[in-house]
Amino acid sequence: MTIFIILLLIMIVGALVATYVRDLLSAVVSLGIVGLTQSVTMLLLGAPDLAIVQLVVEILTLIILIRATISKDISARVNGPREFLVAATGIFFVLSFLLISYHGLRHVSAFGHPAMRISHDYLQQGLAQTGAANIVSAIILNYRAFDTLGEATILFAAVIGVYTVLREVGRKKSDEQK
Amino acid sequence: MVVYLLNFVLFGCGVYALMTRKNIIKMVIGLSIMEYAVNLFFIFLGYKTNGQYAFPIFFSDQKISFNQMVDPLPQALILTAIVIGLATTALFVAIAIRLYEKYNTFDISRIRRLRG
Amino acid sequence: MNKNEGMSLIVKTITRLTVGLILLFGIYIVSRGHLSPGGGFAGGVIIALAFVNLLLAYGTRGLKKFPLMAAEIIETIGALFFILISLFGLILFGVYFYNFLGTGRPFNLMSAGIILPANIAIALKVGAGLYGIVVALVLAKSLMEKK
Repeated sequence: MTIFIILLLIMIVGALVATYVRDLLSAVVSLGIVGLTQSVTMLLLGAPDLAIVQLVVEILTLIILIRATISKDISARVNGPREFLVAATGIFFVLSFLLISYHGLRHVSAFGHPAMRISHDYLQQGLAQTGAANIVSAIILNYRAFDTLGEATILFAAVIGVYTVLREVGRKKSDEQK
Repeated sequence: MVVYLLNFVLFGCGVYALMTRKNIIKMVIGLSIMEYAVNLFFIFLGYKTNGQYAFPIFFSDQKISFNQMVDPLPQALILTAIVIGLATTALFVAIAIRLYEKYNTFDISRIRRLRG
Repeated sequence: MNKNEGMSLIVKTITRLTVGLILLFGIYIVSRGHLSPGGGFAGGVIIALAFVNLLLAYGTRGLKKFPLMAAEIIETIGALFFILISLFGLILFGVYFYNFLGTGRPFNLMSAGIILPANIAIALKVGAGLYGIVVALVLAKSLMEKK
């Protein structure tokens, strides 16, 4: 269990560096560190499917975000006494959230002993009923195929949204406004 | 329990970045960190002790019985959530690029005051 | 980013040599989704990454192999194929998403019923969709003119 605590601390340090550094390119690279450490953590938690998906999705996120940092806009800082007030409000909200979540986390099953009520049947009869050796694939495409249909719909909507926001035809000419 | 609490501290870092930064790209980074933390929490819930070699895949020469395998149900739910997170991040970045084209800045306090 | 030029000569040569291998690896992961870790989502994103690699190394000239209209058509074909598989079960057997192909012998490539065609449909959809997103973000010319 100590290996997970070390990996989580690396992720927290990476997240704090991504928040505070002023150059946008360095912040995006730090986000890449968080994502790659998460992929290693998922591999050590017994989820090789998820480690592959997280790795390649992290690479695509880095490509998309670096495309957006093409301007040389240095992020401005809130100056004066307002900076302390903003940071104090942020820390207050995060601490109160942690306190309330501690009361909720006491009722969740202990780390390392999951209460597998439905998954016991999936693991016992999965190979015989579906014929697939990979139980995760059997779940997402056989037992719970509706969720995959919903995910395909969300992906479709997001792609159409990007095409619509970034299109060329049908926009008002910006010279007429100036 | 300590593992769960550290996971929520990571989520809190994302919320802090979303609340206190004024640059739109920093807000996208904050949202991404929140999303990583939530996905990791589900996988922590389904872990069985000594389970790093007990992933839920059967082989012809099976050495691990199914009583020792980790929980496959959270993994199936989070698999699609990771790809959906990528799509929503891309949509956010597309809107940010259009805002930059119109106001010539990424700073949200200056975007509110300009009149186009 | 220059408009049409892309990256240096070293990057272009290495891209020419390795893009085919990345595409082949993606197809391998998709087709063995029911036997080893991977599946439609991981393989689809890897296929998208192969074409994005070509686009980044060669600039907008790299679009000629896979233009944006082809990406839209392939994504729609993937989505329709997935829905067609689900409706087959409804029409033939009366149950939505019924696994009508049978289980076959386990640990073979042709086993597990619906899972193999559904993985191929998901890989087409996810791969073409994500490639289309990156191309749309690169072609947004307005950001490149005002600096």
